[in-house]
Amino acid sequence: MKGKAWKFGDAISTDHIIPGRYFYLRSNLPELSKHILEYERPGFSEMVSSGDFIVAGKNFGLGSSREHAALVIKLNGIQAVLAKSFARIFYRNCFNNGLPAIICDTDRIKEGDELELFLDEGKIINHTKNETISFSPFPPVMKRILSDGGLVEHIKKYKDLKLV
Amino acid sequence: MGMNRILGMTLAEQILSEHSGREVRAGEIAIVNVDLAYTQDGTGPLAVRKILEMGFGKVYHPQKTIFFFDHASPSPRIELSNDHAFLRDFAQKTGIQVSEVGLGISHQVVAESYVRPGDVVIGADSHTCTGGALGAFATGVGSTDVAVAIALGKIWLRVPETIRVVAEGKLPLGVYGKDIILHLIGKISAAGGTYKALEFLGDTIENLNMAGRMTIANMAVEAGAKVGLFRSDEITRQWLECMGRSEDFKRWAPDPNAVYEQTVKISAQELKPTIACPHQVDNIKTIEEVGEVKVDQVFLGTSCNGRLEDLHVAAQMLKGKKVYPKTRMIVTPGSRQVYKEALKDGTLEIFIESGALITPPGCGGCVGLHEGVLGDGEVCLATQPRNFKGRMGSPKSFIYLGSLAVAGATAIEGKIADPRKYL
Repeated sequence: MKGKAWKFGDAISTDHIIPGRYFYLRSNLPELSKHILEYERPGFSEMVSSGDFIVAGKNFGLGSSREHAALVIKLNGIQAVLAKSFARIFYRNCFNNGLPAIICDTDRIKEGDELELFLDEGKIINHTKNETISFSPFPPVMKRILSDGGLVEHIKKYKDLKLV
Repeated sequence: MGMNRILGMTLAEQILSEHSGREVRAGEIAIVNVDLAYTQDGTGPLAVRKILEMGFGKVYHPQKTIFFFDHASPSPRIELSNDHAFLRDFAQKTGIQVSEVGLGISHQVVAESYVRPGDVVIGADSHTCTGGALGAFATGVGSTDVAVAIALGKIWLRVPETIRVVAEGKLPLGVYGKDIILHLIGKISAAGGTYKALEFLGDTIENLNMAGRMTIANMAVEAGAKVGLFRSDEITRQWLECMGRSEDFKRWAPDPNAVYEQTVKISAQELKPTIACPHQVDNIKTIEEVGEVKVDQVFLGTSCNGRLEDLHVAAQMLKGKKVYPKTRMIVTPGSRQVYKEALKDGTLEIFIESGALITPPGCGGCVGLHEGVLGDGEVCLATQPRNFKGRMGSPKSFIYLGSLAVAGATAIEGKIADPRKYL
């Protein structure tokens, strides 16, 4: 599925993705999702379409452990997050919720570029620029969680952690 | 653990090996038994929903599972009160322990009452790494991972490579654990420790009290690290004894021939009071470089600096003085135990006489929920571990991070001030 690139800079924290002031909406995910990245880009939730991509710089998702950061990205229909690097907890949270977090060189992707993700082949085609960006395969454990549809689905399937 | 391995082990490798029933090394994936699992009121409700979604009606070890109420504490909103009720109800049904509103910050309470050297501790809060000060492999995760830890008593972890941080020399007057960790983050950046363990060694660290060690361990995650580990030594033993837990002490140390990814050296004598400027924790300046910054609010407390030893430093500076009239000073003890001790020894009275206000124990204003939310354009000097844009309220506010001593001096002058002249 093709989608549009939305560009963000370096060091986008989970506080940027979903600010602490909306803590009270954490049990109301549809409402919470409307506030995604609103300090960085007011009205982002209304601009984004299903299948789009968040494309960022270094250390995306640093800070708090709030899984709601990964959840609101997924609930806004984002297909995958591409960044030069990710913070650790956020990276796990993405895969646990079936959201691919892809480490690649994002410099050549520009805002609005039309992208297509080929997960199994480890490549992204930038149709706007007619370029292919390849990325390293996911670590086997992340691949397993993703192919099971997230960690909850994995546990439902095996009634246990069957990752190694 | 043996000291005669051909290839030595870091603390992280030792603890994760013991908890996975086989020898594991940096880079391997291990299924690890969990000694203690906890959530706070912001991550707990989602964790409970994940446990139910996975189809578990009961939990693995209810006595070693704790729900903390520390972020919205006491609750300032109906929605949050309902979340609290949801958590209490699930705890009641499953036997999970509850640490109620007013008892304090999860990381402080578990350090006082639960964490043992060599434990694996999994918390749904990024600052769970505070427990590394006691020599525990304590790390923060999201709600789904903690849900698995609660339901099954285990978690998968990648055994981290370790960066050895060696601090040597005597700390100058007015320089604390906070300044060490801020300096380190300035040096290696907010991503410098991503996926790694930090292990803190050297005579500066050996001489540091538990409060200072906890401040450093707490902020390991601000360098991206999975854990910030300290060996357990005589200071650890004495501290556990003070908490009435002598029997929980066990000596853990890295093998002398452990393999480290890199070593970062810090010369303690050269350190100065250090500030993280808005809006990144690695935007580090020394107190001399900060320049004149007027401050609307000073905030003392949090899992980073809410301990009795911390409060003592600031109280000593404020004794007989007044908080600057145009500046608010908010003091939030880390736990009820800290609150009680500070009440008994007169520390709270000094704060109150100086014009500061005391809030109930908990996370206080650090998360932007209550107890000191910043308005547009306001400036805060806080002892907390984080200064992201909008963290304490308005996205148009500015947060500077510093030690308790900087907080004390700043409260007196109403602008970011050098604590050394007050010590």
